[in-house]
Amino acid sequence: MCLAIPGKIIKKIDTEQVEVLLGGIKKKVRIDLLPQVSVGDYVLVHAGYAITKIKEKEAEEVIRAWEEIQS
Amino acid sequence: MKYQDEYRNKELCQYLIQKIRALTKTDIRLMEVCGTHTVSIFRSGLKAMLPQNVHLISGPGCPVCVTPTSAIDHVIALSRMNNTMIATFGDMINVPGSSSSLKNEKAQGADVRVIYSPFQALELAQDFPEKRVILLGIGFETTIPLIASVVLESKKKSIKNFYLYSLGKLMPPVIRELIQDRDTEIDGFLCPGHVSVIIGTEPYQFIPQEYSIPCVIAGFEPVDILYAIYCVIQQKIEHRPRVENKYERVVRKEGNPIALHKMDEVFSAIDVEWRGIGRVNKSGLDLKAEYSELNAKNFQVKIEKTKENPDCRCGEVLKGKISPLECPLFKSVCTPENPIGACMVSSEGTCATYYKYQ
Ligand code: SF4
Repeated sequence: MCLAIPGKIIKKIDTEQVEVLLGGIKKKVRIDLLPQVSVGDYVLVHAGYAITKIKEKEAEEVIRAWEEIQS
Repeated sequence: MKYQDEYRNKELCQYLIQKIRALTKTDIRLMEVCGTHTVSIFRSGLKAMLPQNVHLISGPGCPVCVTPTSAIDHVIALSRMNNTMIATFGDMINVPGSSSSLKNEKAQGADVRVIYSPFQALELAQDFPEKRVILLGIGFETTIPLIASVVLESKKKSIKNFYLYSLGKLMPPVIRELIQDRDTEIDGFLCPGHVSVIIGTEPYQFIPQEYSIPCVIAGFEPVDILYAIYCVIQQKIEHRPRVENKYERVVRKEGNPIALHKMDEVFSAIDVEWRGIGRVNKSGLDLKAEYSELNAKNFQVKIEKTKENPDCRCGEVLKGKISPLECPLFKSVCTPENPIGACMVSSEGTCATYYKYQ
């Protein structure tokens, strides 16, 4: 039940909602718990609410580190 | 999808499995506390790929499964009130109570609506002003802040026909309970990633500090899970138990302060019953006194006497003491179509997951 999926914010609707691209589908998402977001941010969405921003740098560093170990 | 595909890389998984195999040959028992982890581990086939000495035990991290029969009976009684609508996440409607279920009540005329976001309960309350709309507020720390913000919103908008039946539960107190229960031997924990998004890393410190048990906060993709398993075993081998955050792209040390604040504003911790585990100190949440006028627990209803099915071994499954395969009813009598216990109902229940993937 704690499922949450990453998506990209494509539009700000008002102070309460944004539009997020989630697996190719546009969804309205509430930002009560994450008011400081901008278009272009990647966020994690749980049951219709954005719960955190995804830190792109961390995500990419980890991937790169793994690629290095492997090679 | 970005931030998903790269964490499903097959070669990387193979590589990590080799690394895990090379770490140790001794038996190691790790608990994944979260039901979403359990599903991910089965769906991706990791369970079968891991070396035989690495045992993954599923914990009590499925909110529907740990909701006791007495609470289901209470909710069923509420659904029978006049002019009442129950708004709930889907899994709850199939959970058997002592003699009925919400699905059964719905077939007999009760107004039970399935929602995917708690906010929809508020919309329903606005659309049906003549009804009392009761949100079943089930979930762990990941979901509780959402419910808290719905409560705050209902106040702000002065919606008078919205009520909450709080079934919120907290992860750290139940982890402590499992550790103290000597029957369950655990060498390390995979901590729930999305609960950690909200609460941060600090609430787990007691696990290494007081009990010397390693723990790693893990994401949900195969690579995340394998990497976390590798790190937790390494902590064990090095005798350096600590809280490691391996889901850094979304989990911060301090969690989500806005979410925590809303949770705190609306709820206070109470002792609650967990199916199979019993009463755990300060492990549940109920509305604070300021919000008691919307607390659905205050309605006077007649609740039937709780009858548990004596053959269902959900309790032991939830504590990680047995696997569903050891329950004599598994698959023979108990199936997702005809569930005997809650663990077979929820799509994240350990019994349902074994049924689907084993
Ligand atoms: S298989 Fe069914 S009866 Fe057995 S423990 Fe699981 S839910 Fe209960």
